Amino acid sequence: MFIVKYIKDVFSGLKSLLVGMRRTGYYFTHHKEIITEQYPDNRDTLVLAERFKGEVVMPHDENNEHRCTGCTACELACPNATLKVVTKFDITPEGKKKKAIDKLVYHLELCTMCNLCIVACPSDAIVMAQTFEHSVFNRADLTKILNKPGSKIMDGVE
Amino acid sequence: MFRETEILKSGSQVLPAGEDSGGAGDLVINVGPQHPATHGVLHLVITLNGETIKKVEPHLGYIHRSIEKMCESLTYRQFIYVTSRMDYLSAHINNHACALCVEKGMQIEVPERAQVIRVIMDELTRIASHELWWGAMAMDIGAFTPFFHAFREREKINEIMEETCGARLTMNYYVPGGLMAELHPDFQKKVKEFIALFKRKVDEYDELVTGNIIFINRMKGIGVLPKEDAISYGCSGPAARGSGVNCDIRKLYPYAVYDKVQFDEILETDGDSLARYMVRIREMKQSVRIIEQLIDNIPEGDFQAKTKAVLKLPKGEFYSRVETARGELGVYIVSEGGTTPYRIKFRSPGFSNLSALDHMARGSKLGDLVAMMGTLDLVIPDIDR
Repeated sequence: MFIVKYIKDVFSGLKSLLVGMRRTGYYFTHHKEIITEQYPDNRDTLVLAERFKGEVVMPHDENNEHRCTGCTACELACPNATLKVVTKFDITPEGKKKKAIDKLVYHLELCTMCNLCIVACPSDAIVMAQTFEHSVFNRADLTKILNKPGSKIMDGVE
Repeated sequence: MFRETEILKSGSQVLPAGEDSGGAGDLVINVGPQHPATHGVLHLVITLNGETIKKVEPHLGYIHRSIEKMCESLTYRQFIYVTSRMDYLSAHINNHACALCVEKGMQIEVPERAQVIRVIMDELTRIASHELWWGAMAMDIGAFTPFFHAFREREKINEIMEETCGARLTMNYYVPGGLMAELHPDFQKKVKEFIALFKRKVDEYDELVTGNIIFINRMKGIGVLPKEDAISYGCSGPAARGSGVNCDIRKLYPYAVYDKVQFDEILETDGDSLARYMVRIREMKQSVRIIEQLIDNIPEGDFQAKTKAVLKLPKGEFYSRVETARGELGVYIVSEGGTTPYRIKFRSPGFSNLSALDHMARGSKLGDLVAMMGTLDLVIPDIDR
């Protein structure tokens, strides 16, 4: 009886291996099922999801105007002190002082792309961009100023 | 590292060379890490007699980031994102536990729509986590192809996550009171496509690995964890369900809409590596079943409840538990009434499951240790927070 069981085990074992090999052979002969993407070569055709969180940017319109009021909601919402709002006082045509941002400093090296600043912003001044190749040679290059030089706040954004 | 010398000196365990061991003696070897800066490193100090394991001692601390302490300085909105970095393979489920705990304290009523989407996301995460486990474990055992097969399907889930949550691994999609954003318009279509694909592919997994004679011989009867020991070591999740312990939090303490969906708690009674393997494979099919019930029935409504701008938990203690892909995750918050927690404690499933490794491994061969570690599904950042 032992011999019968032994031979049975050998054949059932062989069968299980062949079943697996059949699946391997299927993929060997069906090249269309291969889904590997050749990343650095497909850069031109690479499409990322529109919500992909790559880095925080501040969109500017054609008049070099942004929507940031300098309310520091993003700074308070950030868990890692990634954003720092530096404010200044503009003199309005009526001669009054008005608070505005001097610069919005963004530390990409600290950012974890948690999206909390975007959600917290009351005037939709900052959004997530889809860039993802962030490596630089100098660490200081990762500290960015989000508002462009000479930009000012859009009319009607409070 | 005084601990290794301590093991050597304590003497009762370790035999010096030449005494009734055929001149071989006991050997203390270190398994891992190759470099402390690599991700997910676990250091095992193994005492061997020949090839037989006498003792396994895990050493932790290589990726300790003091997440619990970090959370004490973050507000109730901010601390959720950190927990994605604990068990990064079930990031959504970790966030769910934290969100549930804050919601319990604030007594926020989460909209039905948010709850259903949360459950779908949780189950997708569970499938993704089990797939990565399946590929990685088969690779540990010596099969290389399953890794690519698992990642091919997992990529589809990652794409769904990327489209809706904006990230592939650490999504941070749950906020206290609901979800951070509305679902992507293509979400339902993509999930249905994935489910149809996955149902075909999961049978391929069985063809490739589950029935394989080499695989079964390496898993059957290896690393037996009896039911009593699984309970006393505090194991949870598939590691305990492989030993026949009823411990599915989704069934025992239903949260979100788990009490409204039909699914089975998977139990195997053998307690060996093959049983733990089968629990996870069958669990993936149950997750598909849950998603199928919910994906066409996402109710309309808000995705987020109205909450105050600044969240303040009342003074007291709050606890919530969820079932992650690895077991029971508990979140315990002590609040002093401020905007930040006074103390946070996470009960992570990986730590308790790892503690049973020594008990399982004693007396077995060194080569079998890989099978035991593989089926425990260890995620080191979860063990070593």
